[in-house]
Amino acid sequence: MLNYTIRRLVLSIPTLLFIALVIFLLLELAPGDPMGQMPLTIPDDVKQRMREALGLGEPWYTRFYLWLYQFFVVEPQYWIDGAFGTNFADGAQRIISFQSRSPVFDTIAQRLPQTLWVVGMSYVVGVAIALPIGIISAYKQYSVFDQAGTFVSMIGFSVPPFFSGVLLIVIFSVNLGWLPSIYDTTHVVVDWETLKFQFQQMIMPVMVLALQTTAQVSRYMRASMLDNLGQDYVRTARAKGMTESVVIMRHVLRNSMIPVVTVIALGIPSIFGGAIITEQIFKVNGLGQLLILALQGNDIPMVMTITFLLAVMIVMLNLVADILYGVLDPRIRYD
Amino acid sequence: MTDLGIQAKADDLKPEQAPVKDRNQWWDVWDQFRSHKGAMAGLIFLTFITLFCAFGPMVWDVDPGKLDIRNKDVRPIYVAIWDVDAKTSWARPMGTDHLGRDIMANIMQGGRISLAVGWTAMVLAILIGTLVGVLSGYFKRLDWGLMRFTDLVLSLPILPLLLVMMLLFRDPLRAAFGPETGIFMLIVAGIGITSWMQTARIVRGDVMALKEREFVLAARSIGTPPRRMITRHILPNVLSPIMVSATLGLATAIITESALSFLGLGFPSDFPTWGKILFDSVDRMTAFPERVLWPGLAISLTVLAVNYIGDGLRDALDPRIRGL
Repeated sequence: MLNYTIRRLVLSIPTLLFIALVIFLLLELAPGDPMGQMPLTIPDDVKQRMREALGLGEPWYTRFYLWLYQFFVVEPQYWIDGAFGTNFADGAQRIISFQSRSPVFDTIAQRLPQTLWVVGMSYVVGVAIALPIGIISAYKQYSVFDQAGTFVSMIGFSVPPFFSGVLLIVIFSVNLGWLPSIYDTTHVVVDWETLKFQFQQMIMPVMVLALQTTAQVSRYMRASMLDNLGQDYVRTARAKGMTESVVIMRHVLRNSMIPVVTVIALGIPSIFGGAIITEQIFKVNGLGQLLILALQGNDIPMVMTITFLLAVMIVMLNLVADILYGVLDPRIRYD
Repeated sequence: MTDLGIQAKADDLKPEQAPVKDRNQWWDVWDQFRSHKGAMAGLIFLTFITLFCAFGPMVWDVDPGKLDIRNKDVRPIYVAIWDVDAKTSWARPMGTDHLGRDIMANIMQGGRISLAVGWTAMVLAILIGTLVGVLSGYFKRLDWGLMRFTDLVLSLPILPLLLVMMLLFRDPLRAAFGPETGIFMLIVAGIGITSWMQTARIVRGDVMALKEREFVLAARSIGTPPRRMITRHILPNVLSPIMVSATLGLATAIITESALSFLGLGFPSDFPTWGKILFDSVDRMTAFPERVLWPGLAISLTVLAVNYIGDGLRDALDPRIRGL
């Protein structure tokens, strides 16, 4: 297993390099110009010098190499320096945003907590709702509950977050006035009253994202449970006189969780994609909103870095899912 | 009582079981499909919304872009039921927006574009996916490379990349092909080349299993060349998974296009699509919730219908379930 993990880790390096190259070249091919929004009164030679100051004068492979160097060498050095008070980085050039002229990673570090709160919470809530639904739907196949579960997950697949979010705002913020429609990120929780407000403002974005997760995970859970319920070992367990709850919760559930765990791991990147839209609706100033703003401002280093971070996450979670599959199911051997 | 019931059932079945000439397997598929209530409802709704958008503008002869400031902010006609003083008009059954443009005409026009984008992007994705899947499943030499490539594309963060593509290539394509065609091509190509991977994987798996079957061996033993092998023997047998993933692809394409429009990176605002209308209405949803409701319902119900059709197709195309 360790062997396999190391091999996969090594293999993921060329994958990530290729992805970085694709993103870089896409941004490179693009005709957008970071100088496009500068006043027309700036003389051409000054404009040229400004471009060079942004590092745009070099050929693309030099810039690609420098970006990789900054991403993989300089930025980790700054992290270590920040964490332990050392001085590895020694004032080396960091990845600088075109828009704010501040290091890209500082901005990302400011925005990340909001996104992680909303996205992480919604994923936990979504999975927590999906698992019981999947289990009961499979155990009582074709019952009213199962039909209702199927319908709800169909809704979850079909209603896009930009409609469900807007619908929730119309109902609960506009008509009923129970919940705030804008997520206030400056809000600090100090006592019960503020905790209640935090809960109120999180409930809508979290539920919008959770609906998507629930739809997907509950379907997989149901299918996986159904596969296992028909197996011989279930009959054996019942024949031995085990109670129904032990049969279901201990034997069937454990075996059914194997594929579901990997689905849960693989679903995390897609929920970040959903977060881009949800943050736009509820005006959460998280990573997704940062990406949109950077795109609109032609802020190439920022777009490049955020997109690449997402790609790293996808590749790593794919790896985690594969390894988990092997760990949970001893029948699977990769060697 | 039970006997009578069975008798009645048998009578019902009689006309169907009578021998019919030229009964090919698609009739069986259709019979199975018809028994799936959700799928039938989905098919009926999809047909309705397609006809509504395609032929609606011929009946409802209002220019969707025409500004009519005097009749701006007209509420839909049903508001008059509980609010007599509301500004309603039979000439504007779904109301008008803040510039006096007719919402029903806009929904029709938007639906035309949304559905056209959905169908074209889906066809493109299915073509690429089938090509990659068949090539990699049939020719061992290509398999490794093509599948690594598929894995690579699968690890790309799709939505951010699509946003980047939209933003960066919008203006040159608009200049080259005109505003509508240019953006249409960009969106269709963007969605098409980022959503073929699942189809490719499914098709590859099925082709690899088919390749080991006796009829393929028989066909090869009489000297069938690979090209005819694929078109005559392989492709017809992988048609059902392709059709099922086509329905899923259509649903995803419609949602992706609306999401792009919703983020303000789709069509320009003078070309309404459902996502664009929704996006434009969000600012005024406090006073006019119906403007969000119409396009949102159109998107959701269409996608729901397509998903149910996919469900029904999967059952209907599975010969193990069919006829039960």
